[in-house]
Amino acid sequence: MTWVNDVVQGLLLGGLYALFATGLSLMFGVMRLVNLAHGDLSIVAAFVALAIVDAVPVNPLWTLLVVVPLMFGVGYLLQRGMLNFALRGADPLPPVLVTFGLSIIIQNLLLEVFSADSQGLDAGRIEDASIRISDRLAVGWFPLLTLVVGIAVLAGLQLVISRTRLGRAFRATSDDQETARLMGIDDRNVYAVATGIALATVAVAGIFLGIRTTFTPSVGPTRLIFAFEAVVIGGLGSIWGTLAGGLVLGVAQTLGAQISPGWGVLAGHLVFLAVLAFRPTGLLGRTVPA
Amino acid sequence: MSATREAAVAAPALRVQRATLASRVGLILGLLAVALLAAGPLWVLDSVLRTLISFFTLLALATMWNLLAGYAGLVSIGQQAYVGLGAYGLLFFADTLGLNLFLSVLIAGLVGALVAIPTAALAFRLRGGYFAIGTWVIAEVYRLVVSNVSQLGGGSGLTLRAASEYDRTARLFATYELALAVGVGAVVVAYVLLRRRLGLALTAIRDAEASAQSLGVHVFRTKFLVYLVAAFGCSLAGAVIYLNLLRVQPEAAFSVNWTAFMIFIVVIGGVGTIEGPIIGTIVFFVLQETLSGYGAWYLVLLGAVAVLVTLLARRGLWGLVADRTGWSLFPVQRRLQDLHPSEGR
Repeated sequence: MTWVNDVVQGLLLGGLYALFATGLSLMFGVMRLVNLAHGDLSIVAAFVALAIVDAVPVNPLWTLLVVVPLMFGVGYLLQRGMLNFALRGADPLPPVLVTFGLSIIIQNLLLEVFSADSQGLDAGRIEDASIRISDRLAVGWFPLLTLVVGIAVLAGLQLVISRTRLGRAFRATSDDQETARLMGIDDRNVYAVATGIALATVAVAGIFLGIRTTFTPSVGPTRLIFAFEAVVIGGLGSIWGTLAGGLVLGVAQTLGAQISPGWGVLAGHLVFLAVLAFRPTGLLGRTVPA
Repeated sequence: MSATREAAVAAPALRVQRATLASRVGLILGLLAVALLAAGPLWVLDSVLRTLISFFTLLALATMWNLLAGYAGLVSIGQQAYVGLGAYGLLFFADTLGLNLFLSVLIAGLVGALVAIPTAALAFRLRGGYFAIGTWVIAEVYRLVVSNVSQLGGGSGLTLRAASEYDRTARLFATYELALAVGVGAVVVAYVLLRRRLGLALTAIRDAEASAQSLGVHVFRTKFLVYLVAAFGCSLAGAVIYLNLLRVQPEAAFSVNWTAFMIFIVVIGGVGTIEGPIIGTIVFFVLQETLSGYGAWYLVLLGAVAVLVTLLARRGLWGLVADRTGWSLFPVQRRLQDLHPSEGR
């Protein structure tokens, strides 16, 4: 019955992927912007947390209090100072080129500042503690916490989008930017807040990644790819689809790795391609990828 | 109104102009330059020939990426898939099957084009930025599959053995001529394609996709064709690159850096112009030679320049030149020339 354990571990891993996918999904939903530096920005958050922990000996989980607001600010300024300009006009080229350039800049800056060494965040006992359910099945506290935080972030975002004034502005600009502007919505500000929130979730994801495993300046693109796969598998434009996509991806990778260690990531890719081929709207999505 | 009717009945008052003075001068100078370069082995140092091999292969890659992104709106971040497939295709046909080394380069290119068919069928379901990441994921799939095939050397790769059967100098010269042919060929193919129906169709799609479709332009088929041509070109270039390097490794052959270089070259030189990738490749090489000592800072600078050019000077260096001078070395547009300007049109 080891596969039960694999599925459970896969679901827990999927919690982390959902956390990574949230911000990507939000930015695409609000402004049709695909941020190719998404993964690299999560690694920036992990390195900032590392620098804080090196300077002040605290549990890395406390750094969330500093890094999350910081990354919100970074996102806000990034959108106002750069990405809004890339979004002018209907040409799809500039947003892709600008965020790809940003990704290369971030990776190489991190490489110069922190070197190519593997780093990790040490959160102490919680990393190894687990709940033993049976001889063959144990649930780690930290992966469980990650999944719970992932669900909480997605639920919180869902509440913001459906219940608040800000959420209404998100939906309005998403539906029709011109009309939203006529109704007195400052779309540049709305976009900046959306990117700020997206990067705040990315900061959480980056720090949880750093605690769970090691990271280097060059692992950002892999994070972007997993986040993207979770979004597409789940279905574009569906918050709960993003969670489902993350979980499916996590399970696929864990089961694939059981067949052969080299096949874990590949199995995830193949599930993604299968969804693209046979169900392009994703598991819970309503719209076709656009 | 009357002028139009006269024009229809009497001698044509308008002529479609397809060449410019700059393009005629450019053609002659270009042919001279290609002839001189083709004679390169006679008058150029071997070390310079090696640099020129990577110059021409990068020019081919950049030109293909420009065709995709600049003309067909297909912003691929997965062209490394074809560089890798070209490299491994060469390895497979030359070493495993024992075919002629240089014939294997051509077959490797065709294999890339063949693989592009299912790839496009999947990737074309995504658009814009998601198309970009989608192509990247598919390139990763090819890398992981190749890494898991032990006959192809697995994760640590293989060395091209068939190359050792040839004399070192003869192989260098042949590789150089192949690289030159691939580089110049890429530019010529792009130019010819864009001057024909395909160019008109692409322009129409770029300006208004829905309208173009309603007027009978096959949007899917047009983009698909461009994707196949780019896959063939990149695979061919990949095979020539590894014919020069000899050592093939999945991490390097399928590295996203190949596409990053294509993007930097095209963006800096001028996206959506045929001259752009040529200028861009020259600038890229000059920067690489002067800044190679600065390590990662070099890539930071390259990234920053690409971002700034995208935001501030959309059509790159060649765009700036063309705006000032009105030059067009590779005119793909059709200009109407008024033969009787006195009629007050």
